[in-house]
Amino acid sequence: MLEGLLIGLETAMSFQNLAMVIAGCLIGTFIGMLPGLGPMSIIAIMIPIAISIGDPSAALILLAGVYYGAIFGGSTSSILLNAPGVAGTVATSFDGYPMAKQGKAGKALTIAAVASFTGGTVGAILLMIFAPMLSSVALLFHSAEYFALMVVGLSAIAAFAGTGQVAKAILMTLFGLILATVGEGTLFSLPRFTGGIMDLQSGLGFVTLAMAMFALPEAISLVLKPKEMSGTSEDIKDLRITRSEARAIAPVIARQSIQGFFIGVLPGAGATIASFLGYAVERNLATKEEQAEFGKGSIKGLAAPEAANNAACTGSFVPLLTLGIPGSGTTAILLGALIALNVSPGPRLMIDEPQIFWAVIMSMFIGNVVLLFLNLPLIPYIAKVLLIPRNYLIPFILFFTLMGAYIGQNNATELLILVGFGVCATALKFADYPLPPLLIGFILGGMLEDNFARSMQLYDGISFIWERPMALGLLVIAVMLLLLPSYRARLARHRARGVADGD
Amino acid sequence: MALDRWIALILLCICLTYGYTAWFTMDAGLAPFMMRNPIWPSTFPKVLSIMAIIACLVILSGVEKSEETESEIDYRRLHEYKLGQAVLLLVLMVAYALCLRPVGFIISTTSFLFLGSLILGERKWILMFSVAFIATMIVWYLVQQVLGIYMRPLPGIFGG
Repeated sequence: MLEGLLIGLETAMSFQNLAMVIAGCLIGTFIGMLPGLGPMSIIAIMIPIAISIGDPSAALILLAGVYYGAIFGGSTSSILLNAPGVAGTVATSFDGYPMAKQGKAGKALTIAAVASFTGGTVGAILLMIFAPMLSSVALLFHSAEYFALMVVGLSAIAAFAGTGQVAKAILMTLFGLILATVGEGTLFSLPRFTGGIMDLQSGLGFVTLAMAMFALPEAISLVLKPKEMSGTSEDIKDLRITRSEARAIAPVIARQSIQGFFIGVLPGAGATIASFLGYAVERNLATKEEQAEFGKGSIKGLAAPEAANNAACTGSFVPLLTLGIPGSGTTAILLGALIALNVSPGPRLMIDEPQIFWAVIMSMFIGNVVLLFLNLPLIPYIAKVLLIPRNYLIPFILFFTLMGAYIGQNNATELLILVGFGVCATALKFADYPLPPLLIGFILGGMLEDNFARSMQLYDGISFIWERPMALGLLVIAVMLLLLPSYRARLARHRARGVADGD
Repeated sequence: MALDRWIALILLCICLTYGYTAWFTMDAGLAPFMMRNPIWPSTFPKVLSIMAIIACLVILSGVEKSEETESEIDYRRLHEYKLGQAVLLLVLMVAYALCLRPVGFIISTTSFLFLGSLILGERKWILMFSVAFIATMIVWYLVQQVLGIYMRPLPGIFGG
C-alpha cells in the first residue's frame, strides 16, 4: 500500500494534476452553488473537456475535483439561500439556513467545510483500505459472476429508489439497457435497432444522454419555475468556531464519516440517503435539549449531513474503482468518462494501471485540502455567482449542454437527439420516474451483455447460472432486493389496517 | 389516469415495438453459422423486452401504490409556469443544431445566447449583445486553440 501511495503521490503532485484538482474544485464549487444544477450535470458538462485532456489520471482527477467541489458548493447555497443545488445537501439546509438567518453564516460555512473535509478524508482512508481488499476478491470473478454482480448492482439501484417507485426504477433501468442495445454490438458487429439511420450505427452518445437526462431537465425546470432566491450572500464574516463547539461536533463528524462511507459503498444509496440518515441518527443520539435545537440552527445537525455526504461520495468510488460498477448516477458518468478514455475500471485497474487508482485517491486528499483552505476563504467572493441574473445564466447552461454533446461527437444530429431525449426526460421527471437508473443501465448495458454473452458461449447455454454457485447466489440476492421493498410495503399496509404480523 | 401511467402506456408501446423487432424481424439476416451460437444478437434484447413489458404492465395496473410526493414541479399546474419560454428555448436549441454547420459557430452561437436572454425577457440590448459576443469568442478560442477541435467559425461562403 505504501508503494501505491507513493506512486499516487508522484502522479498527483505533478503540476498539471495539481492544477486539475484546484481547477476542478473551483469550477465545481462555482457551478454547484447555482440552485438546480447538480453534480451530475456539472460532470456531464465537464466530460468533453476532461476527455480532450487525454491523460486518464488527469481527467479523472479533474472530474473527481469537480464532484467534491459541486457537493461543497451545494452546501454553500443550502446554507446561504436555503436553495440546495444538490439533493445530497438538502439535509444541510435544515440547520445551516437557520444559522445563516441568525447571522452565523460564516460559522455555518466553516462547520460545513470542516465536516466535509473530515468526511472526505476519512472516506479516502477507508477507500484506501477497502478497495484493494475488494478488488483482490473481484479478481476471482469470471464473466458469469460479473454478469450476476451487475444484475445485483442494477437491482439494488432500483430497490433503493423509494416506496412506490420500484417498478418505475426497474422500468427505467431496463430502458437504459434497451437504449444501450442500439447500434453495433461488440460481440457480433451487427447493427441493431438503428432504424437505418447511419448516425445511430455507433450507438447513442453517452455524454449526449447524460446531458439530456440531467442538465437539460434541470435547466428547463429553472425556466418553468424560477426559484425564489432569498437570503444573503452579503455579509459572511467571522468564520471561526470556538473550542467547545469543536468538541461538540467532533464525535458527530467521526461517526458520520464512517457511517456515510459505508452507505456510499452500497449501490444506489449514495450521498442523499447518507446525509438524511446521518441527520436522523444524530438527532436520535443527541440529548433532549440538543434535540430541541435540531432544525433551528444546531451545529450538530449541520455537521452530521455534511460529514456523511462527503464520506458517501468517496465511498461511491469503491464499487466504481474495484468492480467497475457504478453505484450512483454521478459515478456512472465517471465510468462513462473512463471508458471514453480507454481505461476499463475493475479489479485489474489496480494491477494494470496503479498510477490512476492511487492518483485518484491522493487527489481526494488534495481536493479536500483545497476545499478547506482555498475555497472556504473565497466563499464570500464565489457567492457573487449567485448574483448573475437568470436571464443570462440559463442560455449559457443550455449552450454548454449543446456544446458538450457536440464536442464529443462532432455531429449536429447529436444535438437534435439531445433535445429530443431532453424533452422526454423532462416528461419522465414530471411523472416521477427516476432518471439515474436509466443512465446507469445505459452505461452498464454493453458490459452486461458482453459478460452474459461470454458466459453463454463458455457454458453453451444458460447453465452457467446454476453451475457457478457464486453467480447463482448473487442472482438470488438481486431477486430478493427487488422483491423486498414491495413485501415491506405490503407489510406496512397490513399493519396500517391493524392486521397482525404473524411470527 | 395520472401522467405516470400515460407515460407507462407510451413506454409499453415502445417496448412492444422493440420486442417485435427482437423476436420476429432481427434474426432474418442472421448468417447460418451464427445460428449454432448459443447466443444471438437478438437474445439479450428478447429478454429485455419481456422484462420491460412486465414492468410497464405493473405500473399500468397500479399494483404498486405510489405515495403522493411533493414534486418540485407539478405537471397539473404546468400552464401556470412559463411554458412558452421553455418551448421557445427548445425551439431555439433545435434551430441552433440546424444552423451550427451552415452558418458557422460565431454567428449561430452569438445569436443563440442573444435570443436566449431575449426569450427570457431581458431587454438591455447592448449588454446582451456584448455578453453573447464576448462569451462566444472566448468559447471559440478555448475549443479551437486549447482543445484543438475544429469548428467552422464563419458561414461556408466566406471560406470559414
